[in-house]
Amino acid sequence: MTNYHLDHLQHLETEAIHILREVAGEFERPALLFSGGKDSICLLRLAEKAFRPAELPLPFLNVDTGHHFPELNEFRDRRAAELGARLIVRTVEDALARGIAQAAPGEISRNRLQIPTLLAAIEEFRFDCCIGGARRDEEKARAKERFFSFRDAFGQWDPKNQRPEIWNLYNARLNQGENMRVFPLSNWTEMDVWEYIRRERLEVPSIYFSHRRRCVRRGGQWLPANDLVPPKPGEDVRELTVRVRTIGDIISTGCVESPASTVDDIIAEIAAARVTERGSRADDKASEAAMEDRKKAGYF
Amino acid sequence: MSSTNDSPSAPVPVDILRFNTCGSVDDGKSTLIGRLLYDSKSLMEDQIEALERSADITGGGQINLANLTDGLRAEREQGITIDVAYRYFATPQRKFIIADTPGHVQYTRNMVTGASTANLSIVLVDARAGVIEQSRRHTAIASLLRIPHLVVAVNKMDLVGWNEQRFREIRAQFEEFLPRLAIQDVKFIPLSALNGDNVVDPSPHTPWYVGPTLLGHLETVHIASDWNLRGFRLPIQWVNRPNAPKDPALHDFRGFSGQIAGGVVRRGQRVLALPAGLPSTVKQIWTYDGSVEEAFCPQSVTVVLEDDIDVSRGSMLVGLEERPGFGTDLRANVCWMHARPLQAGRKYLLKHTSHTVQTVVTEVVSRLDMGTLEVQPSPAQLAVNDIGEIRLRTARPLFHDAYSVNRLTGSFILIEPGTNATVAAGMLQASSETVRPEGAEYEI
Repeated sequence: MTNYHLDHLQHLETEAIHILREVAGEFERPALLFSGGKDSICLLRLAEKAFRPAELPLPFLNVDTGHHFPELNEFRDRRAAELGARLIVRTVEDALARGIAQAAPGEISRNRLQIPTLLAAIEEFRFDCCIGGARRDEEKARAKERFFSFRDAFGQWDPKNQRPEIWNLYNARLNQGENMRVFPLSNWTEMDVWEYIRRERLEVPSIYFSHRRRCVRRGGQWLPANDLVPPKPGEDVRELTVRVRTIGDIISTGCVESPASTVDDIIAEIAAARVTERGSRADDKASEAAMEDRKKAGYF
Repeated sequence: MSSTNDSPSAPVPVDILRFNTCGSVDDGKSTLIGRLLYDSKSLMEDQIEALERSADITGGGQINLANLTDGLRAEREQGITIDVAYRYFATPQRKFIIADTPGHVQYTRNMVTGASTANLSIVLVDARAGVIEQSRRHTAIASLLRIPHLVVAVNKMDLVGWNEQRFREIRAQFEEFLPRLAIQDVKFIPLSALNGDNVVDPSPHTPWYVGPTLLGHLETVHIASDWNLRGFRLPIQWVNRPNAPKDPALHDFRGFSGQIAGGVVRRGQRVLALPAGLPSTVKQIWTYDGSVEEAFCPQSVTVVLEDDIDVSRGSMLVGLEERPGFGTDLRANVCWMHARPLQAGRKYLLKHTSHTVQTVVTEVVSRLDMGTLEVQPSPAQLAVNDIGEIRLRTARPLFHDAYSVNRLTGSFILIEPGTNATVAAGMLQASSETVRPEGAEYEI
C-alpha cells in the first residue's frame, strides 16, 4: 500500500506554495522581497515550485541600505538574472538625497531608514502586496504575525487589530492605498530553512560559510571590521575564522566563530547551538520591544 | 513531491503536530508552554538570559516561564495573552507548532483561529477550580472545529496535594458533557506546569497515574489519518500558461495549479471540472521536480487535462466518486468574530477554497449557549464570540463537502464589504444535492 505521507519539510513546502499561489490569484501587483539572504533564497525556490513552467508572475524588490555585504548584492543580482526575474532596487542613499528619509543627528545605522525607503517603493510601483521571508520563530513580536499581514495606508501594523486567520482561507481584500505583507515561511524554523537548502541543493552566499575576516569586538560580539564605523583606539580587532548566521547590515551583523564550511556542518552547528539566531543581531538587542516598535512603523 | 524519500542519506521523515492550548486566564497556559520548551531543551542561552533579566526586574528573582510566550509589550503590561502566538520546537520524534490561544471570554475568535489548523487541543483546567464555563466552551469549540485529538491537562495538581480523587472528579465532570460532542480521542493528564511534573518528565507524586507525560503523548499520538484521502478535490488557485516558453513542448501548456484539498489524483483518471460540470481526463500531473503518476492531499500540484475546457481560479476539479454537494441555499455553523453583530438579511462576501462569492444570511437558526451547551432557537442575532447555526444564500452555487467530512472544502470565512473585516468562520453542513456531470457519457 502506498504511504500518503508528507514529512515536515514537504508539509511546510506545500503550505508555502499554496500561499504564493493565493498571492498570484488575489493581488494585482505583488512583489517578492529578495535580499539574497537564506530565507529569501528559500522563497525563490518555492516561487519556482509554485509558478513554473510559466514565468514568475512578480518582480523582486530589494531595499539597499548601502551597508550591505558586497557578497550579498552580487549574489542577489546574479540569482535574479538566472531566474529571468525583474529586479527592482531602491536605495536608502537615494531616499536620503530626495528627502524621502531623514537621518537623525549622528544616526549611522540604516535600519530605521529602510522603512521610508520601502514605503516609497511600494507607492512608486503601486505594489499591493509584498512577500517577505520573515519567520515566526525569529523573535517574540514576529510570533504573533499572520501569514497575510494587513498594513494601513501608512504601512503600519496594528497587532491588536489583526484579521483572524482561519484554516487556509486568507482574506486578501484591500481598500485603496492599503497593503498586504505576506510571509509564506511563517511556520519555518532556522533548522527547517537549512534542511530545505540541503534538500533542494540551493546555493547560498559565501559569507554563511566559514571564512577569515577582520573583526572588531563591540557590544559583546564580533562585528565585521568596516570603514563605516572604523575601529576606535583600544577596541579589540582580530582576524578570525567566522561565519554569519543571519545577515543584516555590515555594521550590525555579528560574526560567530565557526569552522562550518558546508551546509551539513551548519546544520550540525545549529543542532548543537545554544544561542538563537537573532542573538547575533545588535539591532534587536536595543530594547526588549525593539522589533515590535519597528514593525508597527512599517518594518518587515 | 514524491511520496517516498529517494535520497538514501536523507534523515528519517519526521512529521508535524500542530496543537493549541486553551484555558482561562490563570490556568497557566503560558507557563505550560514555557515548561515544555524549557524541559525539552528547546530554549537557547540568550532566551534564558532574557528570562533571568526580566526575573530580576519584575519577578523578584523567580524565573517566569510565561514571559517566553507573552510576546507583545501590551501583554506584558496587562499580564495577559491578547492574541494568537505561534511557537516551534522539535524532538527527535516530531516537529511541533504551538498556537498559544488566550482564555479570555471575549477572545473566542482567537481560539478558533489558533485551533482551526490544529491536530490536537490541550484544554487546561485548574485542579482547584475544576470544570468551569471556559473549560466547556473551549472543549465545545475544539469539537465544533473537529479537532481530532483532545488532551485535558489537569494543572496545579500540587495545590490539591496530588489528590487522585480530585483528578477523578474533574475527569467525571468532563465525561458528563463529552458524549454530546464530536471528539473521539480524549486523554486526561495530571500535572504541574510550574514544577514540571508530568510535562516532560514523569512525576514522583503521581504513582496512581500510569499514562504518558504530556510530551510523551504529543510525540506518539497517531495523526497520519487526519487528512481526508477519499474524495479527490482540487480547488484551482491559478492557471499556469507560459508566455513565451523556449521549450516547444510547452507551447500549448495550460496547467491548473492548486493544493489538493481531499483525496488522491492519478494520471489517466477521469475528473469533473466544476462549475462547468464537464468531464475530462488527467493528462499530466506537473510538479517542479518532474511529473508524477499520482498526488494526494495536501500536496500542491499543477494538473493538465486532455480536453480544452473552461477552468479558472475558483473552479474545482473533483473525482467521479464521492462527488461534492452543491447549492445556493446552505446551512452552516459559524463563530461570529466581529463587534457588529450578525442579523438575518445582512450581506457579505464568502470565501470558500479559492473563490469568493456574494452571500446573504437568510436566517439565524440557533445560538449555542456556552455555559450549558444547550441550543437556543431563533436568537435575534449572533454577537461577537457567539457560535450558532445560520442559513445562507449565495449568488452562485457552492461546491462543497460537509465540514465533518472535509475541513478544507467544508470551511469558509465571511468578509464584510467596505471594511474588509473577517467577521466569521463558517463550517458547512451536508448539502441535500450532489453534483451530477453534464452529458450522457457519465457512468460509474
